[in-house]
Amino acid sequence: MLSRTADHVFWMSRYTERAENTARMLDVNYQTSLLPQSTAVAELGWQGLLKISELLPAYQGLYGEVTPQRVLQFMVREEQNPSSIISCLRAARENARAVRGTLTTEVWETQNQTWLELNRLLATDMLERDPGQFFEWVKFRSHLSRGVTVGTMLVDEALYFMRLGTFLERGDNTARLLDVKFNAVDSDFYGLASDQEYDFYHWSAILRSVSGFEIYRRVYRNVIQPDRVAELLVLRPDIPRSLLSCMNEVVNNLDAVCESSSCLSCRLAGKLRADLKFTTIDEILKQGLHAFLVQFLEQINQIGAEISREFLVPA
Amino acid sequence: MLKYDEMYERGTEALRTHYRDYGAWLSQQDETAMRARRDEAEVIFRRVGITFAVYGDKDEDGAGTERLIPFDLIPRIIPAHEWRELQKGLVQRVNALNRFLHDIYHEQAILKAGIVPSEQILQNSQFRPEMMGVDVPNQVYSMISGVDIVRAPDGQGNGQYYVLEDNLRVPSGVSYMLEDRKMMMRLFPDLFRLNRVAPIAHYPDMLLESLRASAPSTTDNPTVVVLTPGMYNSAYFEHAFLAQQMGVELVEGKDLFVDQDQVFMRTTRGPRKVDVIYRRVDDDFLDPSTFRADSTLGCAGLMKAYKAGRVNICNAVGTGIADDKSIYPYVPKMIEFYLGEKPILNNVPTFMCRVAEDLQYTLAHLSELVVKEVHGAGGYGMLVGPMASQPEIENFRQLLTAHPERYIAQPTLSLSTCPTYVESGIAPRHIDLRPFVLSGKTVQMVPGGLTRVALKEGSLVVNSSQGGGTKDTWILEN
Repeated sequence: MLSRTADHVFWMSRYTERAENTARMLDVNYQTSLLPQSTAVAELGWQGLLKISELLPAYQGLYGEVTPQRVLQFMVREEQNPSSIISCLRAARENARAVRGTLTTEVWETQNQTWLELNRLLATDMLERDPGQFFEWVKFRSHLSRGVTVGTMLVDEALYFMRLGTFLERGDNTARLLDVKFNAVDSDFYGLASDQEYDFYHWSAILRSVSGFEIYRRVYRNVIQPDRVAELLVLRPDIPRSLLSCMNEVVNNLDAVCESSSCLSCRLAGKLRADLKFTTIDEILKQGLHAFLVQFLEQINQIGAEISREFLVPA
Repeated sequence: MLKYDEMYERGTEALRTHYRDYGAWLSQQDETAMRARRDEAEVIFRRVGITFAVYGDKDEDGAGTERLIPFDLIPRIIPAHEWRELQKGLVQRVNALNRFLHDIYHEQAILKAGIVPSEQILQNSQFRPEMMGVDVPNQVYSMISGVDIVRAPDGQGNGQYYVLEDNLRVPSGVSYMLEDRKMMMRLFPDLFRLNRVAPIAHYPDMLLESLRASAPSTTDNPTVVVLTPGMYNSAYFEHAFLAQQMGVELVEGKDLFVDQDQVFMRTTRGPRKVDVIYRRVDDDFLDPSTFRADSTLGCAGLMKAYKAGRVNICNAVGTGIADDKSIYPYVPKMIEFYLGEKPILNNVPTFMCRVAEDLQYTLAHLSELVVKEVHGAGGYGMLVGPMASQPEIENFRQLLTAHPERYIAQPTLSLSTCPTYVESGIAPRHIDLRPFVLSGKTVQMVPGGLTRVALKEGSLVVNSSQGGGTKDTWILEN
């Protein structure tokens, strides 16, 4: 297929996934903020959210002080914020429109409809009145977009590049979420040992944001502990949003588009997947979770750049 | 002025024969149900994204510059015997135009015979000297022609068809023709049981077949692509639509490159050879190394590959010399010159303002005439005398006096009307018709075309950029 076409479908999926993850994080932060807690703790949560996407300076430049209402506006409606939900969904739809002939009618119409509905919803006060419902809507549209893709697209390169975009972005987003949430708890990540309740809400919020709360219970049948949360979201191959699970998909889809599986993208991805597959959470914690995640993000970034160079924007 | 309505006999409520079944059906439809259908059509067109971009326009609703072309529910119906005549006339006309193009870029016999003045061709900006002596497959220059046809009453009030324009460069609108039909079949399936409407959905197949048949003879399984200026072009929907319907790649200039006179596209598996380019990019922008150097829409080296016969470009480069408004008046003579036949379709009488006596007549009758720029398109830069204000007329008088060669003038035709949904209910609105004619070893077309309708009361300008809408066009089978 045309490299430019592959580039568009790849980014269409990345932006759709990013919008979903932004909605997930905002939703969890919003739910958490409804719990009784000090203003300082609450602000920490919202700040962390901006830090995840490296947006704190941009936010402060535009909005100044960190308040829940303003962060919501910034992360949902602000067109100057390239990671806001409106920016992501616009970019997803623009990319889809550029290659609408490559997509099935259902895939294109889903993207287009999402964009039209978003504009209709944002013209109302739904976000202010009931943020949870709005975030549900964003997640739902992302589920729909993924479902219609898998359910209607021919299994060929276009689909592989879409899936690549989805999982590369998801791996990146999960890693960022983990990094910020574990760092939000200063000192070490066993949290404020004195404050059991805060702990529970903090860790369960992370799980909820990746739809992992019920999974945690099923897998561990035990109280929520940070090291297990980390293990679940980094190393479990059977959790759809874990780093290993994302890397498995990245490797599979890269193998499908690369004729010889010997390209640099394949090798980098294969190596990163092997690292995740054959390590333990104890080893990671010894190295330091933050250091591990920073390294992971660098690698995934490099894989993205290499995919671009080898397939999407060849010189 | 006499009027001609497609549905009703002159000045009466009596339905014309070919509208009887439809008219009877329409009279039984409930007003609110029809309104609901119109809303449904709009919702679907929006969701499907059947939109066009308006240059220099910006919306606040997030839809960017994308607009819907209004779709009218009442079809324009043409009886079989009329279509047969039209079809014969179109084949004849397009054949002659292709013969003319071949002649102009080879022997120029028509110039030597003094039928078309040489300076009209050789000094015309649409004449491409680069094409002199270049042989194109099957001698077809205009593979896809969008001929604009209007109907107006003659002295007795009978409707006569006239060709208004021959669009031989990159005529658009065929996607609306196809989508309008799809919409009608979705909204009113029962109507298609009631009337035997000739199908048109095989157009993309016919187009693909023509494109493949025009490939350089060196290849037996040619790769066809559609070349678009990109998603911000006003006709982008159509480019994407046609590429998808034909199952070929939609490429932009930057996806292509030329190596040793061979055109390639950049794919995820390396370069792939391209044999036929259905381009929706104007000549000027095709190849920055030959035409406009500032063009980012084309591909450097394309012309060289084309002239070497390694790739075919459809329509051919240089077709603009045959659909230029200053050449239009000569088309009936071309038909006689090349085919030895009498023209089947009428031209609209045209005053060429570069001729002193025509200019004199035009200036004296500005308030009755339509004045058009020779190189204008899209309904811009024209004067419709009977509708114009005094200052507008005076403005054109000055323009004409300063540059008479840039204008032609025609009597204001009373374009036929067709009942159309408007704010106040159903009212007559002026329409035209653009059939799409495909030329290869033979000339063929699907039965029908795009009917455009001027939605403003009394307006004669049907262009979508000027508030025009579209209708489904039915050719009734006997």
